[in-house]
Amino acid sequence: MLEAILSFIPRAIAQGVPLLYGATGEIITQKSGNMNLGIPGVMYVGGICGVIGAFLYEQSLPSPEAINPVLAVLIPTLFSLIGSLLMGLLFCFLTVTLRANQNVTGLAMTTFGVGFGNFFGGSLVKLSGADMPFLALSATSNCFKKTLPFADKLGVFGDLVLGYSFLVYLAIAIALIAAFVINRTRTGLHLRAVGENPGTADSAGINVNRYKYFATCLGCMIAGLGGLYYVMDYASGIWANNAFGDRGWLAIALVIFTIWRPNVGVLASFLFGGLYILHMYIPSGMNLAVKELYKMLPYVVTIVVLIISSLRNQRDKQPPQSLGLPYFREDR
Amino acid sequence: MNKTREPLFHIVKRGEMPWYFGWSVRAVSIVLALACCGLITVLVTSENPIKIFSTIIDGSFGSSRKFMVLLQNTAMLLCIALALTPAFKMRFWNIGGEGQALAGALASAACMILMKDQPNLVVIPCMVVTSILAGALWGAVPAFFKARFGTNETLFTLMMNYVATQIVAYFSVVWENPKGSGNIGVINPLSKVGWFPEIFGSKYALNIIIVALVTVAMYIYLNYSKHGYEISVVGESERTARYIGIKVEKVIIRTMLISGAVCGLAGLLLVGGTNHTLNADIVAGRGFTAVMVSWLGKFNPVWMIFTSVLLVFLERGAGEIATDFGLNASFGDILTGVILFFIIGGEFFINYKLSLTKAAKKEGK
Amino acid sequence: MEKKIATVKMRNITKTFGTVVANDKVWLDIYKGEILALLGENGSGKTTLMNMLSGIYFPDEGDIFINDEKVVIRSPKDAFDHGIGMIHQHFKLVDVLTAAENIILGLEGKLDLKAATEKIRRICEAYGFEVDPNQKVYDMSVSQKQTVEIVKVLFRGADILILDEPTAVLTPQETDKLFAVLRNMRNDGKAIVIITHKMHEVEKLSDRVAILRHGQFVGDLPTEGTDAQELTNMMVGYSVNLNIARPDPVDPKPRIEVNGLTVRSIDGVLKLQDVSFTAMSGEILGIAGISGSGQKELLEAIAGLQPVESGSICYVEDDGTRDELLGKDPLSIAEKGISLSFVPEDRLGMGLVGGMDLSDNMMLRSFRKGRSVFTDRKSPRRLAKQVVEELNVKTPSIETPVRKLSGGNVQKVLVGREIASAPKVLLTAYAVRGLDINSSHTIYDLINQQKQKGVAVVYVGEDLDVLLELCDRILVLCAGKVSGIVPGRGAKKRDVGMMMTRLGGNSNE
Repeated sequence: MLEAILSFIPRAIAQGVPLLYGATGEIITQKSGNMNLGIPGVMYVGGICGVIGAFLYEQSLPSPEAINPVLAVLIPTLFSLIGSLLMGLLFCFLTVTLRANQNVTGLAMTTFGVGFGNFFGGSLVKLSGADMPFLALSATSNCFKKTLPFADKLGVFGDLVLGYSFLVYLAIAIALIAAFVINRTRTGLHLRAVGENPGTADSAGINVNRYKYFATCLGCMIAGLGGLYYVMDYASGIWANNAFGDRGWLAIALVIFTIWRPNVGVLASFLFGGLYILHMYIPSGMNLAVKELYKMLPYVVTIVVLIISSLRNQRDKQPPQSLGLPYFREDR
Repeated sequence: MNKTREPLFHIVKRGEMPWYFGWSVRAVSIVLALACCGLITVLVTSENPIKIFSTIIDGSFGSSRKFMVLLQNTAMLLCIALALTPAFKMRFWNIGGEGQALAGALASAACMILMKDQPNLVVIPCMVVTSILAGALWGAVPAFFKARFGTNETLFTLMMNYVATQIVAYFSVVWENPKGSGNIGVINPLSKVGWFPEIFGSKYALNIIIVALVTVAMYIYLNYSKHGYEISVVGESERTARYIGIKVEKVIIRTMLISGAVCGLAGLLLVGGTNHTLNADIVAGRGFTAVMVSWLGKFNPVWMIFTSVLLVFLERGAGEIATDFGLNASFGDILTGVILFFIIGGEFFINYKLSLTKAAKKEGK
Repeated sequence: MEKKIATVKMRNITKTFGTVVANDKVWLDIYKGEILALLGENGSGKTTLMNMLSGIYFPDEGDIFINDEKVVIRSPKDAFDHGIGMIHQHFKLVDVLTAAENIILGLEGKLDLKAATEKIRRICEAYGFEVDPNQKVYDMSVSQKQTVEIVKVLFRGADILILDEPTAVLTPQETDKLFAVLRNMRNDGKAIVIITHKMHEVEKLSDRVAILRHGQFVGDLPTEGTDAQELTNMMVGYSVNLNIARPDPVDPKPRIEVNGLTVRSIDGVLKLQDVSFTAMSGEILGIAGISGSGQKELLEAIAGLQPVESGSICYVEDDGTRDELLGKDPLSIAEKGISLSFVPEDRLGMGLVGGMDLSDNMMLRSFRKGRSVFTDRKSPRRLAKQVVEELNVKTPSIETPVRKLSGGNVQKVLVGREIASAPKVLLTAYAVRGLDINSSHTIYDLINQQKQKGVAVVYVGEDLDVLLELCDRILVLCAGKVSGIVPGRGAKKRDVGMMMTRLGGNSNE
């Protein structure tokens, strides 16, 4: 029993981290009133750009042993951040500057992003000349997966708390920092005002468009790291097309589930991750069919949260009031 | 307006423009989009552009089979887009077309599997009824909560998609054939129970005809029926709707029942008409692409025919490029994305124009 | 008396909107340590003038001096930098934030809620406000929200405060509290302007009154030594002859009987209190009152759009049959066969659908007719053509969305539709607001035609001259109560003006 729990928790966390990145990014975005349904696409782009960076770096090496761990981490991370930043800029340019419909733009970005990921993924697989339909970047992945050297010497505590790679801690740190910034700083206050009531924010002298751009781009970059974590750490550097699946949508579900609170997202993402793999730990879970129903749980729970929060109608437990609505000063 | 940061451009809403203005802007965006796609393809393949564009056309018109696939894909995309349109006209952001169509597909497949010993005369009507009901139910749940409690419909319908996906995935395993494959495979391959009849020698023809009828019906429903009129009023202004005594909650739920029902029909056509199987990917993202079809077609069923043909044509063309030049199939998604970005961005120039702000103008107002 | 310092001087301020002159060469001085009441009828340009001080509008002509220095105010931020803060009628607050968060919104520097809370507390103590800095705005009453707005302005160091009809949303007790605070601020040396048209507030609160009429500055005088009569004279001016026809009522019979009607808004504010009257067929009943006295709620209650706390609204047939309208929505009223037309104040947001064309808008009333599932497109088209022709609506075609028409033409379309159904009762709210003279006369003629057809017309208006010339009887509302009902013929403008501003006025009607 204890053993099962001990193996369950790290796996739930590993499943939860990409969702945490995505959800934190999307919360920051939505707090500015932008509903970015392109997050699944952004996460694909974040992942594949990291893969491209890692691929280029590995190719430039004379032998896999010559790998420099710092560069091996830095290059893919930088590639990933740039890729998802460009996606964020695209979304903002279309919805904020050109005032396009956010839902339509977001969905188009998801189409584009998933296609982009799979296209370059597939092309790299071909370039690498592998006969398997995936690309393995195990050298780079090993650098990403480095854990604290003394972690496994500390027994259970070490395994459960210290035994993760840096991207896991980074995800938690970003979520906590995001919660702090949103709730405790002036920037966060202004951001919330922009998402709730851009007209009021504007008349208080806050640059609404600048906040929307900044929050959305930052949100995309954070979400992109989720894609990076997935390939480099969770999947051990193996890119296979469509393997990332619908985790992007699950991240959006997590945003609702946490009622727009990144700090709650830390535990909630692990819970979602746990629900995702729960079937393996339930006696009947070996039945493949039931596994699919367990995967449904996060979405069902999210719907329940959405309904309950609208039923209770508590004003501070609602989506940002102007979520999804464009803002033009002249329309005031 | 702030003196210190005078912007270079001032965005002005356009006044009334002649009808052809909007369409020429859209045509220009599409041409630009194609040029951009061509450029990307040239960069990736280093082929000459003329060959690339002839390949795109080849993708849809290269053979009569390709042409029929174009029509079939258009029909399915259009069908879901038609389903979403009444909801959008009501300003109800139903992005749950994927799930509603899946619900319909699941119901059809269930009838085919569970009633495999019945005659088609019994099975097919059952499929029609259950799949339409399933779709309607899937659409009505978010509508009920929206009407009663104001629950955010965009997020709700979005989540419902994945609930449907997982339920279908569950049944894909329950009904797997052969055992252990995790797939349903073709249902009733020999008896063909629940298979729609082929007409004109094509299994696509019936689907295309049905969707054509739905298009006409939806056009009439939206533009000439009392319901359609109520939908427009509710979408434009809920206050006006109440002022003239329209029961807004009732209209929301009724419209979503219809929206879901037509999505369910799309699922039925996919299972009974063409695929004769069920998997979680059977709707293939059309529920999302349909949002764009409907929006780009300005919620007008006739214009939506063009937008859906355009999107499917480009998708097929991009797919053809991918196979012809040995690229992977996802290349098509990239091109589709690029084209959508251009069209979405182009809408701005239909409604607004940029005018240079003159510093000489004394005040900003 | 010590020498007063004019902290703000407005000179020759002119502002036009299209062809309408909102302010015409206005001179105004605002002094430190004084409460100035800016008095004027609706539409006399009070708010526009103050909006130019607070940076919402920019004057077409004229200069503004602050402490004898010429300034340019282009945005609310500029205004704040000059120490000017305005509390608008529509509060600019973010609901899910706390009072303190709203107060510091938009300021620079490190977020220190503790220090802000401390400063808010000091401000509150200094002037006697009651604000809980940690309370969320959505939990607040209207008066609490207003207090937050005032504290917000003071927090930014404003010395010049402008309040636009601050008491419109307050209960009498809350008003008293507000006035006490304003007096404290005055004694602290701040300059305060309140925009109002309530005479008793002027008398109770202000040190000086400045009066605007039709966008022009009429004059200013110390409150002490003047009286309501003199102020009313200055505010309404002399009656203007508009030459509106007033045919005699035809065979008046009771049509709508309202008894003890009491209405509360969702915030719990009493909007109408024990209102009783009878509207007769073949007669125009005018409703006069300063804006927000309950006119909107009264009409919407009759039309079945406003939940009512108590009272009754009876529809009386020619043969004396009575139908209770309370508790019915517009649809069930129509289904009862009661033909009731309503021209609401918000034409494009309620009466019409801006995005639809003329003939689709005609259908709003009639689309349910008949058993067919399809709408009848022909008769609305015919009606649209008829309205365009008869009322001389200027439109490119009947396929033009009504949003694109000018205000006067929009109103003609709306009125044309409402009278097309041959109503027994016609309710109109501010039917000529924003219309030019010609369009206004078209509307008066239409209303008179309805009256002669035996329709009971209820005409809510804001221009006293028009009410006095058009209506057979005038019901004057004051703060949700019936201040009196006077015959239109022979009523004195000043008397009605007095009744609007205080219950019963000075007259003994």
